[in-house]
Amino acid sequence: MKTKQEAARRVSYYPGCSLEATARDYAESIEGVAQRLGIELVELADWNCCGASAAHSLDHRATINLAARNLALAMQGPQPLVVPCALCFNRLASARHELMADDSLVIDSIGRLGRDYAAVEVKELNEFFTQPEVIAQVEREATQGLGGLKAVCYYGCQGQRPPKITGKANCENPQGLDRLLAALGAEVIDWPFKTDCCGASHSVARPDLVHTLVARLYERALMQGANCIVTGCQMCQANLDMYQREIAQEMGREVYLPVFYFTELMGLALEVPQASKWLGRHLVSPRALLEESGLPRPVWERL
Amino acid sequence: MSHTPGGAAPPAAYDQAAPKTPPPPPPPPPLAEAIRPNGRWLARVEAASGVKAGACFGCKKCSNGCPLTFAMDLHPYQVVRYLQLGQVERLEGCRTIWLCASCQTCLTRCPNQVDLPRLMDYLKETVARRGDSVEEKRTLLFHQLFLKGVAKRGRVFEGELMGGYLLKSGGAFGPEALANAKLGLTMFRKGRLKLLPARIKDRAWLKELFK
Repeated sequence: MKTKQEAARRVSYYPGCSLEATARDYAESIEGVAQRLGIELVELADWNCCGASAAHSLDHRATINLAARNLALAMQGPQPLVVPCALCFNRLASARHELMADDSLVIDSIGRLGRDYAAVEVKELNEFFTQPEVIAQVEREATQGLGGLKAVCYYGCQGQRPPKITGKANCENPQGLDRLLAALGAEVIDWPFKTDCCGASHSVARPDLVHTLVARLYERALMQGANCIVTGCQMCQANLDMYQREIAQEMGREVYLPVFYFTELMGLALEVPQASKWLGRHLVSPRALLEESGLPRPVWERL
Repeated sequence: MSHTPGGAAPPAAYDQAAPKTPPPPPPPPPLAEAIRPNGRWLARVEAASGVKAGACFGCKKCSNGCPLTFAMDLHPYQVVRYLQLGQVERLEGCRTIWLCASCQTCLTRCPNQVDLPRLMDYLKETVARRGDSVEEKRTLLFHQLFLKGVAKRGRVFEGELMGGYLLKSGGAFGPEALANAKLGLTMFRKGRLKLLPARIKDRAWLKELFK
């Protein structure tokens, strides 16, 4: 039991490309919270892009090889391999599933790095951070309650489905973030759109599709009485945060729903000093909500 | 047929005594429009993609759960059905394969585990490799630019990707230009736009993979 506990304190980490730029707030909050909890994230040396939607849409061989190289890099490191981006997680886990059965598509220079794909345990970051022992630790160490937040947890699709790849038994009604948020003192509101799609990468070429899907999410979240949305996927965060004003205009109603990464709220509850810097990167400023929720002035005054 | 005395009489349709007058059959479709099934195509796609599309029995769970049917020209179950019937042209020219967001709802709920997202990918790849015209040109362009960046650096550089996309799709000039510029500026101000690209150190394998 002890070794298992120790193993979970030092894990391999695959951040993915968007955490270097558009999702910097997510990246910084993950690092801040992991450090505060004493969890060591060992970033894969020289990791490459997972290929995302582009590779799986246009080049199956590339999507398998891009993942195979990252999996090979992770074979020597601590397990599990923790992945914050839901799409990267899905690509790595899907490729691993396929590679364990058949690795004939792998090119020589990548196959040479290692072919023991079964040795890598790919885990989504929000699953890792919502394990019972981590929630218990956060609950023990949290010093700031999040009482005023009425949150709906939005898990999105890629981290959950399909269950034979993701290993999520409750893929239609996941509970991890709900439990974590409740432990942090937020009011967690149940809703039926936990794992509905936000449109993901369609935001570039077909923003109209994303607007339609996201409008449904806003409508329902507001109907259930939520005042914020909490997510563990940077595509969901971007789609729900970046176009909120435009989508609200199209809906013909007022929408004010700050969209938090769950790690940001962990940071607030644990009073990690940099937390307000992360929140300052959002397009929908959470200032009014945090002020109203009774969080201390230094957290929100510069947002 | 006996009925409980005093009970309501059954509707005429259930009464065996009612005369059976079947509606006249619809006129047959013109021969040119009739579907001539071609089973060879199904076997070929199944072998190449690994998707067991022949297992579909048409329950339509995929399409009832699909979040994007509102924009699709074929519902997901129709994609499978056209494949089973060998209607190649209808499938390869459709928008649906490009609109699928790969959210995996259909596969998760399919009682026969037909991997529709993988099938959509297989069809997209086939059409794109042949260089055929694609209904969703902007989506294809975005994917192509994305892969080009990955082939060059091993990582995505969002700044270059978005810049290139806006130039080539017309988003840098048309009515959207101002909104796009404003969003870019806001992202920069929020520290969410990286100015210099990251590239991985070991890039020899990229040449082998993307030659």
